[in-house]
Amino acid sequence: MATTAKTEIIAEPGVPQIVITREFAAPRDLVYRAYTDPDLLVRWLGPRRLTMTIERHEVRDGGTWRYIHRDTDGTEAGFHGVFHGTPSPDNLVRTFEYEGAPGHVSLETATFEDHDGKTLVRTNAVFQSVEDRDAMIQSGMESGVNEGMERLDELLARLVAAR
Amino acid sequence: MAADQLSAVFAALADPTRRAILTRLAEGDANVAELAAPFRVSQPAISRHLKVLERAGLISRRRRATARLSHLEAEPLREATTWLARYRAYWDESYDRLDALLAELQDKQSQQDEQDEQDKRDEQDESDEQAG
Repeated sequence: MATTAKTEIIAEPGVPQIVITREFAAPRDLVYRAYTDPDLLVRWLGPRRLTMTIERHEVRDGGTWRYIHRDTDGTEAGFHGVFHGTPSPDNLVRTFEYEGAPGHVSLETATFEDHDGKTLVRTNAVFQSVEDRDAMIQSGMESGVNEGMERLDELLARLVAAR
Repeated sequence: MAADQLSAVFAALADPTRRAILTRLAEGDANVAELAAPFRVSQPAISRHLKVLERAGLISRRRRATARLSHLEAEPLREATTWLARYRAYWDESYDRLDALLAELQDKQSQQDEQDEQDKRDEQDESDEQAG
């Protein structure tokens, strides 16, 4: 790869929404398959450190999905939701709920655009409140608190303040 | 910041000597001798640490006369501590893995296509032989 593809994340303060865009060097139908076929999805979603288990992933109107991330210390985080409408690369809509925060449901729409044989994936997540959106960002999608990360944050805060 | 650079930043910061070097540079630029002074570590060892920090984008280096000065770069540090950093890291790593999976699937498809072409040619050769 000549250049590193850049993930764009838009999370404006005070707006209960996250938009993520990323381009992939593959045709649209293949990228869509990677997002919808559970045998493929399990091979890329989440950092390597977390073990991913997909319990089900029924990509059809009213179909349900559920997966679990397991951390190296055994802690698990479950996520589930429902697909809506007629799923296609033009429009893949699902609800998203983190089982650690029941009742805080977001709505995600993913689109897959062909750009000269490459595919631009745009994901728009809408939350019930700005607090919910902020909680999603701050969770970093990782279960458990990493003590080392906290100490690092302290050091970094000191160094940044010193500049 | 790409997942790779974020990882490089955290890896660079994981070493106590390198963190101490950054703390010293927060007070101002310094050359290798000045940075080595507080440690029972050789200058070449310090230079190796500086290379790691430079690759992570945490310092920049320039020449002033015969000295090579290191300068603290705050931006990667700020990015590593931002609100978005961990969320971004989750998606950067996932998408990097997806890049690799898509490349693998396309390679497999190419190999399969080539094999299908070869099988077709073999079949054609066979039927040519039988006809001839």
